[in-house]
Amino acid sequence: MTRSKSQQPPPHLNNETRKRASLLVLLFPATGWLLLFFILPLLIVLLYSFLERGTYGGITWSFTVSNYQQLTKEIYWGILWQSLGLALVTTVACLLIGYPLAFFIATQPPRWRSALLLLIIIPFWTNFLVRTYAWIVLLRTEGVVNVLLQSLHLINEPLTLIFTPFAVAIGLIYGYLPFMVLPLYSTLERFDFSLVQAAQDLGANDLRTFWRVVLPLTMRGVVAGSLLVFIPSVGAFITPNILGGAKTMMLGNLIQNQFLQARNWPFGSTISVVLMVIVLIPAIIYLRMSEEGGQ
Amino acid sequence: MIANKQTLKKIDLWVRSLGEKWLGAHALLSFAFLYLPIFILIIYSFNASRFNAVWQGFTLDWYRSLLEGVTDGKAQISDVMIWDALQNSLVVAAISTLVATLFGTMVALALERFRFPGRSILDALLLLPIIIPDITMGISLLVFFGLAFQLLQNLLGIRLVLGLPTVIIAHVAFNISFVAVTVRGRIAELDPALEEAALDLGANELRTLWRVILPLIWPGIFSGALLAFTLSLDDFVITFFTAGVGSTTLPLFVYGMIRFSVTPAINAISTLMLLASLLLVVSSLTVREQ
Repeated sequence: MTRSKSQQPPPHLNNETRKRASLLVLLFPATGWLLLFFILPLLIVLLYSFLERGTYGGITWSFTVSNYQQLTKEIYWGILWQSLGLALVTTVACLLIGYPLAFFIATQPPRWRSALLLLIIIPFWTNFLVRTYAWIVLLRTEGVVNVLLQSLHLINEPLTLIFTPFAVAIGLIYGYLPFMVLPLYSTLERFDFSLVQAAQDLGANDLRTFWRVVLPLTMRGVVAGSLLVFIPSVGAFITPNILGGAKTMMLGNLIQNQFLQARNWPFGSTISVVLMVIVLIPAIIYLRMSEEGGQ
Repeated sequence: MIANKQTLKKIDLWVRSLGEKWLGAHALLSFAFLYLPIFILIIYSFNASRFNAVWQGFTLDWYRSLLEGVTDGKAQISDVMIWDALQNSLVVAAISTLVATLFGTMVALALERFRFPGRSILDALLLLPIIIPDITMGISLLVFFGLAFQLLQNLLGIRLVLGLPTVIIAHVAFNISFVAVTVRGRIAELDPALEEAALDLGANELRTLWRVILPLIWPGIFSGALLAFTLSLDDFVITFFTAGVGSTTLPLFVYGMIRFSVTPAINAISTLMLLASLLLVVSSLTVREQ
């Protein structure tokens, strides 16, 4: 606040004290709530990841790093890579689908643009579980795709589509495509298309113009969209749980499994910590980048 | 040489028109990808066939079974359970939205209108619940409540269990951030001259807040609240880990149905939920238009 205080009529209380009091009142509820019900729980998880497992579930208060060593076991290592791989495939697929789509929307007349954009936003407001369930209807053994293919006599036996990495990837792409399109659209919308004209007047063809002018100048949207897709994908729980079954596990399922079935809370905590680190590193890099770029 | 250049140009134009057509076709396919699964889901909520996707005629039986309860012994849906779940969802969404909107708006005002030490840390703190995966937040709350309840029992002899209050606490925790981000955007658009004018005209800060700032950021608060309400109604993962017996919400109920057996009754309840969220979108848009 740059307003000069000296010109104001002196209030009945000391202005600075009152201001500090109102600041504290404004800050306290949200900060207190987040510290108690968000940060403290995360710290407890971090602590648990260094403790030993109790005999009947629960924990024993003795320090160990064995939970982290256990991560290198082939089965857990495999799930870690499967999660990263699926998240990466999802991100690349969303980018390949989302970029041309955002480009198309951004180059439409303004009236159309907002209508098309609305079609991208609506899925945000619909229930994620329901949207994932839609793919069970399509992909299950007695589902729409198999029935359709069988009635066309293209296949005799139903295909195994559900409970595969393929089903999980489709579900993730479907769930997070809007996250890719929106930031891409907002950079493409601000993109100055006279630059395309300029590049082509200078003799660049379409492909070259795209590669050397459009893409570099919209890189910010590409990075933002990719992170917004990668982060929820790598930590996905519902999609692999419903479409992946027991065969296609991701870190989210492994965490749930360790907490609710195996009753190994310390190891479940360890995987949570790993997942948090995987998600936070790109997020921090991105925030740093946008701070530098934005100023 | 010149002829060569013209041919090149012709090829270029041809490629471009092809590119435009391709872009349009791609957009059409992408929208089909986004919407066809939902439409098929809705269509099959009216299918008489119970076990597979072969169309066997139109029926409203699945909706009826949702509203009246199923008695055929196989699917364990009772109408009481579904209404309880709906009621739980609405209670959780309403209370958590109210609290999160209040707290989120307050912290947004503090961040936009005051300079204080630790401001950037608070910024990061507010971003974290948006970034952290649901599953991590869910299990950390499960662990936290477990430990807290154990401590309370050992120290004070009070026995507490997971239930609606823990679900509400969790929902407030993730909703504060979403409200704060939405409201901050609106405050940042405000012209500070308006507040200065109010202060210069002798209004004190509270009066300025009440009579000038709040009316101006009201649409932002409303969209923040609507977002919080939607997120709360939709949440499955965090609720899954913080709910107890008797605090099943609608998404938990639907998940239970999916796990039990896939029947068109799930399509029917999904269709109703899709309709409800469409209503929320429409109301959010009408507010934004104003």
